[in-house]
Amino acid sequence: MRSLWPSVEPLLDGVSKPARYIGGEFGAAAPVHGPGQLAWLLVYPDTYEIGLPNQGLQILYELLNERTDSVAERAYAPWVDMEAAMRAAGVPLFSLENHLSAADFDVIAFNLSAELVYTNVLNLLDLAGLAVRTADRQPAQPLVLAGGHCAFNPEPLADFVDAFVLGDGEEVVGEITEVVGSWRSGGSEDRGEMLEALASVAGVYVPSLYRVSRADGALREVAPVSPAAPVRIEKRTVADLAAWPYPKRQLVPLTEVVHDRLNVEVFRGCTRGCRFCQAGMITRPVRERPELQVREMIQAGLARTGYDEVALTSLSTADFSSIEETVRAVMSGACGDQPVSVSLPSLRVDAFTVGTATEIARARRTGLTFAPEGGTWRMRRVINKLITEDDLYGAVDAAFANGWRRVKLYFLIGLPTERDEDVLGIVELARRCVEVGRRHQRSPTVVASVGGFVPKAQTPFQWSAQDTVAELARKIHLLKDACRGVRGLSLRWHDPEASVVEGLASRGDRRMGAVIERVWRAGGTFQEWSECFDLAKWEAALDAEGLSFDEVVHRLRSGDEVLPWDHLSAGLHRDFLWADWQDALAAVAVEDCRWTPCYDCGACTDAGLEHVVASNVAPAGGSQGTGQDLSRGDRVPVRFVGSAGAR
Amino acid sequence: MADRLRIRFVKLGKVRFTSHRDVARMWERAVRRSSLPVASSNGFNPRPLLAFGLALPTGAESLAEYLDVTLAPIDPSRAENLDDLGCLAVTLSDALPVGIDVVALSRLAGGADSLQQEVTLCSWDLEVRGVTASELAGRVERLLDAPSVSMQRERKGRIFDDDLRPAVRSLVVSHHHEGSSCGAPTWLRAELATRPRGVRPRELVEALGADVMQGRARRTQQWIEHGGERWEPLSVGPGLDAAMAAHAWERAS
Repeated sequence: MRSLWPSVEPLLDGVSKPARYIGGEFGAAAPVHGPGQLAWLLVYPDTYEIGLPNQGLQILYELLNERTDSVAERAYAPWVDMEAAMRAAGVPLFSLENHLSAADFDVIAFNLSAELVYTNVLNLLDLAGLAVRTADRQPAQPLVLAGGHCAFNPEPLADFVDAFVLGDGEEVVGEITEVVGSWRSGGSEDRGEMLEALASVAGVYVPSLYRVSRADGALREVAPVSPAAPVRIEKRTVADLAAWPYPKRQLVPLTEVVHDRLNVEVFRGCTRGCRFCQAGMITRPVRERPELQVREMIQAGLARTGYDEVALTSLSTADFSSIEETVRAVMSGACGDQPVSVSLPSLRVDAFTVGTATEIARARRTGLTFAPEGGTWRMRRVINKLITEDDLYGAVDAAFANGWRRVKLYFLIGLPTERDEDVLGIVELARRCVEVGRRHQRSPTVVASVGGFVPKAQTPFQWSAQDTVAELARKIHLLKDACRGVRGLSLRWHDPEASVVEGLASRGDRRMGAVIERVWRAGGTFQEWSECFDLAKWEAALDAEGLSFDEVVHRLRSGDEVLPWDHLSAGLHRDFLWADWQDALAAVAVEDCRWTPCYDCGACTDAGLEHVVASNVAPAGGSQGTGQDLSRGDRVPVRFVGSAGAR
Repeated sequence: MADRLRIRFVKLGKVRFTSHRDVARMWERAVRRSSLPVASSNGFNPRPLLAFGLALPTGAESLAEYLDVTLAPIDPSRAENLDDLGCLAVTLSDALPVGIDVVALSRLAGGADSLQQEVTLCSWDLEVRGVTASELAGRVERLLDAPSVSMQRERKGRIFDDDLRPAVRSLVVSHHHEGSSCGAPTWLRAELATRPRGVRPRELVEALGADVMQGRARRTQQWIEHGGERWEPLSVGPGLDAAMAAHAWERAS
């Protein structure tokens, strides 16, 4: 193995933001490769600025470097100018720690956080010097793995990735290291042997060991062709977050990245039950970190990194049952003697949350963001986002009263059962928020940010039709018309064309692989970047493969249809998802199951797990935003890990 | 007048590809990690009071970067930290990325001007390729003999015709391999004034011909000039300079 730095360095004077390619972050490992150590290259298939802060990748990076039988380095997608320079100079994809060629590693593992990066995955494999299709690779070439939220429908990438990992990665990376390491040390040339061994690891899906059969133009089944491969692959779940206080050495980059601050994960999973939210569905059950451990991680992290901001991360941080104690501890200086600001990346919509946000915002109070998602109460019952108008106005009133200047509201359009009145309800809601703001300020600003809904696998909306570009454009036009002349209200929207392409990758089956390959071969990388996105490439690729947006994206699925991901399990019973879908169509909502009886979704019961909370009383304000009537101090039917649970 | 510290540091190796703003952020974090009692700005969003000197172009190395740190009012329990400035240099270097090391550090006299105002001249070592050393020497001579060297520059959307010549105080071919071919690097040593309008190393190399390519650029000194004399904002003994730079070079390469 030879460092490529001497070939990389001359390229850097001519590219934008060269610091993205030098490594050297505070906290970066200095792995020494040797025999008996499986070498992992962890790749985030987007730019360095987007990929570096990814906590999932950083956790696995630390764990693999702590083991004696593995080492791990990192790589990110070089921006188009750097890629052109690398290809012109014959420099392959390289790691940032030792600037080694990607092909020198035993395992190349991708983090899949978003569907639009799929063409980048192919591009990076090609840049690494590997055949993009698994079938064309040599036994000595690296094993290609992928994990992350998108792995819950991996079929569009099944032809390019040797194995996918479903669910939490903390435990399974060690098991994979052992399986692949012993195959490597055995000197075998038979890749199939190793893939069969991998398929027997819980949570690992090896697509080449499954045959996809179709009949009458429809998917019939995805079934194993090897006895080593299970009929159904269950996701991995870490039962207790307290056992995994990672990252311990969060990377501090030398150059600017998104989310450039200390991040401490306070819980994993979410039981709010928002039906459009894939993250909330596939990460159940809720596992809170003990409050004492959260505090220790903040204190140690701030002292180590020199950051002056900490984000308490989760899918809904205001729902952390020890949020008040934690915030109080940080603000009172219990986590260090220098001023620190705390950010809550996901705010719940209620006045209590705004109070907390105000208390902890040391920096200027510029903007607060809330996500009512639906414009009418009916729509919000359909999607199970149970925010009442009073909750929202209360939150907005508190925000403007506390000196915040701008409130941003996130909405989705193109939701199931949506009518024009639901779309226009967005403007009505936002307009009234401006009025609420005028009670406190002369010129309050409300921004309504509107995205096109993309149905995701493993959610109650997986059967739903997705709106066409024309229909989304029509709805955006309705919104623009209705916003005209409303002072203080501004409207922003996402490109509907990007939403439908995301839909292709989200619910496509294995045939989508050929489409992705065509788009990549036509030069379609960085499709999540508006300056690179090109719908025409996707349309041409679909045409060439005899596929259509209508079939994959805009079609309503029936209950008896075999879905491309039915052989993969996020722990949720199909019956539960179907019942929840039927409830949605009838605008019937369900409550947060953390504090109420179980709906038997399967996430806890089948896996022998339960919700783990840091406090056995519901957080203040817990009734708001859920429609539930929880009085403070009620005991709740969950497993309690107090500070004694901290390890 | 609050106590101030002037710090001299080097920027060598891979970290040279970070920007001036990146370096400012590294210092903010290093200062917090080291527990140096730095004063903060007032207002909603207090920042540590760190004043940096002239920006170094991204990609260039330096043996002579500076910043001034305003200290918080002395807290008796912490005064000892500041008594041992040598120890502080090590603490700060440890908290900074590989390739950035503190080489000198001193309390600053009460009325000292800011670095941006004081410094009027910088010395540079510039690696160039593309022409032979003797050809380059000829071009250098012609440039120095010319009464003016015009270059078009864009400022605020308008094109200006600037004269580079006054800013080029000295320029010599400092190091080359005998009988070297066009591909081998040659080094220039330049002294470039920072005002009224400075000249960047890259602009100087461009002015030597379109076929001259710039390689590494390294700022070696910054100068304060007064009454015909000149001195560095913070000098380092020749021994320390060489030792620290070599150390940093080793760590960074």
